[in-house]
Amino acid sequence: MTVRLFDTKGTPLEKQKFTWRELVQEPISKLDDDAFTRVRIILMNGIEQQCNRFQNHFAQFNGDLREALASVRRVEHHQQTMINWLLSGDHSPIETTIGYEQVAIEVTAVVAQQEPDAYLAQVYRFGLLEDFDHMHRYAALLDRLEGKDANNILQCYTDVMPGRPTIFEHRHPHDDLRKHYQRDAAAPISKMHALTIMSGEYQTRDYYMTIGPTFTDPLARQLYAEIASIEEQHVTQYGSLLDPGETMLERWLISEANEAWNYYSCMVAETNPRIRAIWERFLDYELGQLNFVMELFKKHERRDPNEILPSTLPDPIPYQSNRDFVRETLKAEVDLRTRGTDFVSLDNESEESLAYREYINSEGSPSETVAEGYQWQPGTELARKQRAAA
Amino acid sequence: MEPATKKPQMNRTGIDIAPVLSEAMMSGMEHIEQDPSRGNEAIVGLERDYIHPDARVGSMPPPSTVSGELKALTDEVVGKDSQVLLNKLGERLAFERSGVRAYEAFIRKCMLLSDGSDGNGSMSGLPLDELWNIRNDEEEHFLLLQQCMKMLGGDPTAQTPDADVAGVASSGIVKVLSDPRTSIAQGLQALMMIELTDNASWELLIELSSEVGVDEMTERFRRALEQEEFHLASIRQWYEKLVMSQALRGDA
Repeated sequence: MTVRLFDTKGTPLEKQKFTWRELVQEPISKLDDDAFTRVRIILMNGIEQQCNRFQNHFAQFNGDLREALASVRRVEHHQQTMINWLLSGDHSPIETTIGYEQVAIEVTAVVAQQEPDAYLAQVYRFGLLEDFDHMHRYAALLDRLEGKDANNILQCYTDVMPGRPTIFEHRHPHDDLRKHYQRDAAAPISKMHALTIMSGEYQTRDYYMTIGPTFTDPLARQLYAEIASIEEQHVTQYGSLLDPGETMLERWLISEANEAWNYYSCMVAETNPRIRAIWERFLDYELGQLNFVMELFKKHERRDPNEILPSTLPDPIPYQSNRDFVRETLKAEVDLRTRGTDFVSLDNESEESLAYREYINSEGSPSETVAEGYQWQPGTELARKQRAAA
Repeated sequence: MEPATKKPQMNRTGIDIAPVLSEAMMSGMEHIEQDPSRGNEAIVGLERDYIHPDARVGSMPPPSTVSGELKALTDEVVGKDSQVLLNKLGERLAFERSGVRAYEAFIRKCMLLSDGSDGNGSMSGLPLDELWNIRNDEEEHFLLLQQCMKMLGGDPTAQTPDADVAGVASSGIVKVLSDPRTSIAQGLQALMMIELTDNASWELLIELSSEVGVDEMTERFRRALEQEEFHLASIRQWYEKLVMSQALRGDA
């Protein structure tokens, strides 16, 4: 199936409506739905959230487009609601966290493999190994606080083992900045990749900042504070990939195309027919919104959307385990560090990052404490005893 | 305004704490007339869309492959009964495993507070070695259940529907026990909730396994129940003693 962006009108904006009953549907089953259904739900929530965030900021700086932005944004908000409310309430906050990290690992791994620009691909591989380590730390927390196995959520698609240790991920802010893509030279897919991964990391930061204080356990509170800080670094990293020379309308156009591409990817891969129907509906909504923004672009910038957008949506994201790629990357690049926008070897890391890290870890490291002696085991680490005895 | 020099120590949640403000607040309510009995009816109307016989948290995991001497046993209990038994075994397994973590959190609290009072009650009379024994019993029960599930062709690493729901139900208990601000007595109350549930659930498990006809398992469950009865009695006794000593001291 090919989705042609300039011939497909999608659902007209005025017909994009919801009722409360529609917004709050039966959630997915934590036990029965495929883990990648949850991955897609979490990712699309993040993408809608970023669109809402961007469009609000845009409106605050542009009087002419406020009505147009308000109209599209209301629909985006409700799309986000319908998607996020698909997560069932029997996920504990740490179980949902495991889902968030699975998104960060599997989606970033696919993007890293598909990205045509070598530098950008390196950025994704770098971030991937850090989120991979978060999974290990949170799995330990889930096991040691709630007595639960992270693999009930992961369904064997994603490994649980140390990555680049979180304790070493803390860097000086300047060492989190990266070189941005060039708006005139970059492939449209590169722009979409950057937006997609930044959106995922941004919602992860916001999620950890929201649920961190809901824990009573002091170790959990510290761990969420620590990893939220890394997610903020990741938002800095991925946000800096976007070309600051793009106009706001240009970015809006790319965002709408990115949403359409992501819904299309979800639709192609989805195994739950009820959820697939939602992705299909929202693909049509996004195509409607894209057409609406294309007209604004022509009117306000007097430019052809053809200059920015591809004629068809790129190939869909394959939703599958990236175990081999992640393991190879881990083996080859675990010791990579940064100096400004460059990736460097362990001994060339900047003095500023070393000093920053030394101070922030000087009263202890929650990510080290939580996983001290921890090794993931089917059925939790307590099951190791019996396995060892058998 | 003077800078605060002391931690706030007055409970401000009730209406009596602010006579002037509460009067002003109530004065605005006089003209509103509502019939609270209609609330439930409205909620039922909404819930009708969600609460129906097909709604469920999930299904039982498919049976694992069983061979050899275990096969005879599994063949005997294949059918509806064994699915119910496996669901309940999965629930108990998850509960006991979480129980280990709950006791570990409580023991850490007791150890860290062992140099004196916890602020709400004296530490005296709470033997750490006995708490460790209970924790170890919970772990043994978890391992026993793991074995039993395997014997019946179940996957002990899977989360059964009742295990999932029991996890939701006990999430508040975990929060109480891992909160540094809760007292030993408050922790014991949370543990009592665990032990009361444990006792009733082992009794049910014994009845169920006996019905299914897995007699050796039933015998092992009886021994587990005896241990749970002892846990409950200990926790209750410690809890009651602490609360009574608080009452005598007038220390809430």
